[in-house]
Amino acid sequence: MEALRVLIVDDEDELVSALKERLALRGFEADGVTTGEEALEFLRSRPCDVMLLDVKMPGLGGLEVIRRVKGDHPDLEVILLTGHGSVKSVEEGMALGAFDYLMKPVKIDNLVRILMAAGSKPGRKAPEAEGI
Amino acid sequence: MSDPSLDLIPDGPPPTGAQTDVGDSLISRRRYRRILLAAVLSVSVVAVVPLVIMTWVTYRQYERAFREEQTRPMVRFVTNGKQSLENFLEERSAALTYLLMERSQEDLEDSSTLAGILANMKASFGGFVDLGVVEDHGTQVSYAGPFGLEGRDYRDHPWFQEVIRQGAYVSDVFLGYRDSPHFVIAVHRELGPDQGYVLRATIDTEYIDRLVRTLVHQPGGDVFLVNRDGILQTPSRSHGAILERARVPPLPFSNQTELTEMDGAAGHRHIAAYAPIEGSPFTLVMVSPGDVAEAGWPALRRNLLLFLGVSVLLILAVVISGATWMVNRAREADLLRAAAYHKMEYTNKMAALGRLSAGVAHEINNPVSIITEKAGLLKDLLLMSETLPPKERMVDLLDSVLRSADRCGGITHRLLGFAKHMQVRTETIDVDLLLKEVLGFLEKEAVYRGIRVEFDVPEDPPDIVSDRGQLQQVFLNILNNAFAAVEDGGTIQIGLKEVEPDSVAVWIKDNGVGIQEEHLTHIFDPFFSTKKGAGTGLGLSITYGIIQKLGGEISVQSKVGVGTRFIVTLPKGNTAMQE
Repeated sequence: MEALRVLIVDDEDELVSALKERLALRGFEADGVTTGEEALEFLRSRPCDVMLLDVKMPGLGGLEVIRRVKGDHPDLEVILLTGHGSVKSVEEGMALGAFDYLMKPVKIDNLVRILMAAGSKPGRKAPEAEGI
Repeated sequence: MSDPSLDLIPDGPPPTGAQTDVGDSLISRRRYRRILLAAVLSVSVVAVVPLVIMTWVTYRQYERAFREEQTRPMVRFVTNGKQSLENFLEERSAALTYLLMERSQEDLEDSSTLAGILANMKASFGGFVDLGVVEDHGTQVSYAGPFGLEGRDYRDHPWFQEVIRQGAYVSDVFLGYRDSPHFVIAVHRELGPDQGYVLRATIDTEYIDRLVRTLVHQPGGDVFLVNRDGILQTPSRSHGAILERARVPPLPFSNQTELTEMDGAAGHRHIAAYAPIEGSPFTLVMVSPGDVAEAGWPALRRNLLLFLGVSVLLILAVVISGATWMVNRAREADLLRAAAYHKMEYTNKMAALGRLSAGVAHEINNPVSIITEKAGLLKDLLLMSETLPPKERMVDLLDSVLRSADRCGGITHRLLGFAKHMQVRTETIDVDLLLKEVLGFLEKEAVYRGIRVEFDVPEDPPDIVSDRGQLQQVFLNILNNAFAAVEDGGTIQIGLKEVEPDSVAVWIKDNGVGIQEEHLTHIFDPFFSTKKGAGTGLGLSITYGIIQKLGGEISVQSKVGVGTRFIVTLPKGNTAMQE
C-alpha cells in the first residue's frame, strides 16, 4: 500500500526536521518546508495527501496558505498547528476547509491518529502504518 | 503557564471599591468640606451683606425721623418761650426808659410821686416789686416799695457799675438785701459828664418762674433759666435748686435755638433745647423727659432687628442645606466616576493580561514543541531500531532540546524583569552621561561592526529627576533595536534637547532597515516581534511601560530602507505617578 504523503509547514526549522523524521519512522512519506511560500512551491511540483500547517508564520501565514491551496488542490487535507489558543484563527482556518487542528506541543500519537483519519476519507486509500 | 503571567500584573486593584490611593486625594471628605465651606461663605456673604446694609440704612432713617418728631416741638416751645421772655423784659425796660424821659429828675426823686408811679406800674405791667432812683455816685435818693431802702449805697454793686457803663441792664438773679431771689432792670439817664441818675426796678422772679413753668409740655420734662455761668435762675425739677449750678453741660453760645444731647440719671440720654434771652444774661433750657425717643422707636427697632435676625437665619439655613445637598451630590458623582475609572483600569489590566497570556503561550509553545519532537525522536530512535543510534546523532538531538529549553528560560527571565520594573525610584540624573554609560554596553559591538555613533547634545545638558535603572533599560532596549536594524558600518545618532521648559527629549536615530508601516502601530504591543525566533517581543513593550510610569512619552518614526527614529520625552521634575 502506498504511504500517506505529508507536508509539514512550520517556521521552526528544528521542529520540521524532527517531525519529518518521526513521521517517516511511522511509515509516512513526510516532507517539510519553513515558509508558506515554500509550501506553495513544493505543492506545485509534488502532490501531497495531508498538509500539517502552522497558523502563525512570518511572510505568508497559515490561513493565507489554506486559501491558496484549496483551489488548486481540492483533495489536499489540511491540519492546522497552533502555538497559542487563538480560537479565532482556528475557527477561521476550519471555515476555510481545514480537516482538523492541533495545539502545540503535539502528542505524536494524536498526530498520527488525525493524519490517518484525514488520509482515510472516502475516495482515499487507507495508509499503512508501521511499527506502532 | 498562567501562574507566572498572573504575577506580571502589578498592584492589581480590586474591581470595586473606590477608597483607593488615587480616590483618596480626589474624593477625600476634607476636600468636600472645604468646597462646602467656600460655597456657604460666599453665598451667605452675597445674600446677607445687602440685607444688613438695607436694614442699617432703614434703622438710621427711622431713628432720625423719631428724633425729629421729638425735638421739633421742643424747638418750637423754646423759641416761643424765648420770645415771651424777651417781650417781658423788653416791656419793662421800655416802661422804665419811658419814665426816665417823661418825668423830671425832681419828680422821680420825690418819694410820694415814685410810690404813685410804682402803684400804676404794678397795676399795668405786673412783676414790679419796687422802684428806686440812684444818683451816679451810688446813693439811692428815692425809693418806693416794701423794704425801705432809701439811702442805700449801690456804688460797689456790679449791676450799678454795668448800668452806668451800658445805659441799660438786666441783672442775674440774686438774693440781695432782702434775701429773696429777684433781679434788677435798670436804665441810666446821662445829664452831663459824670452827672446823671439811674432808675432801677426790682422784678419778682416768681413772675418769670411761672412763665417758664408753663413751657413744660411733657410729663417729666424740665424747663429752667440759667445765667452765663450756668447758675440756675429759676427753680428746676431735676437739675438743681435756684442759684445752684445747673446739672447741665456747658451750652455753647448761639443766637438761636440749639439742640444738644446730655447724660441724665440712670444712664439715660436726654435731649436739651436751649436759646439765649437777648438783652439779658439768661438762657432758656428745656430738657426732654426720660430717654431719647422713648415712645414707638424701641418697638420699631426691635421689629427691625427681629426681621434682620430671622432673615439671616433663614438665608443661612437655606444656603447651608442647599450647599450641603449639592456638595453631597457632587461627591457621590465623583465617587461613582472614581469607581468607574478603577473598573476601567482593571478591565484594561485584564485585557493586558489576556494579551500577555496569549503571547507567552505562543512564545513558550514553540520551543516546547521543539523539545517535545526532539526528545520524541530520540525515544523513537532508541525504541524503533535494533541498534543504538550514533552518538553524534543523540548529542545533536539533545543540544536541540537544551537550546530550546534555554529559549524558554530566556522568556521567563524577561517576564520576571517585566514584572520587576513596576516600582519607581527617583534621583537626579545627567541624561547625557546616562546615555554614554548605556552605550558602553554596546561599544565592543559598535567597534566590531564598524557602526558610527554620533552625539548631538547641548553644552550644558539639563538634569532630570527620574529612575536611573529604568532609564538605562529604556535606552538599552532602543539602542539594541537600532544596532539590530543597521547594517555593518551604519550610523546611529543620539540627540538630547530641552523641548519645553519642563521636558527633555532624547532621540535615537538609525539608518537601518526601517519598520513596515503596518507594524508601526504594533511595535509597543507585548510579544510583537519581527525578529522571528531572536526576540521575545517584550523589549519595546517594557520600554513603553517604563516611560509611561516615569510620566514621559515615546514615539517612533520610520521608513523602510531609510531608518527609524525613536523620540523619548521625559519630564524634568518627577511627576511620575505611582498608583
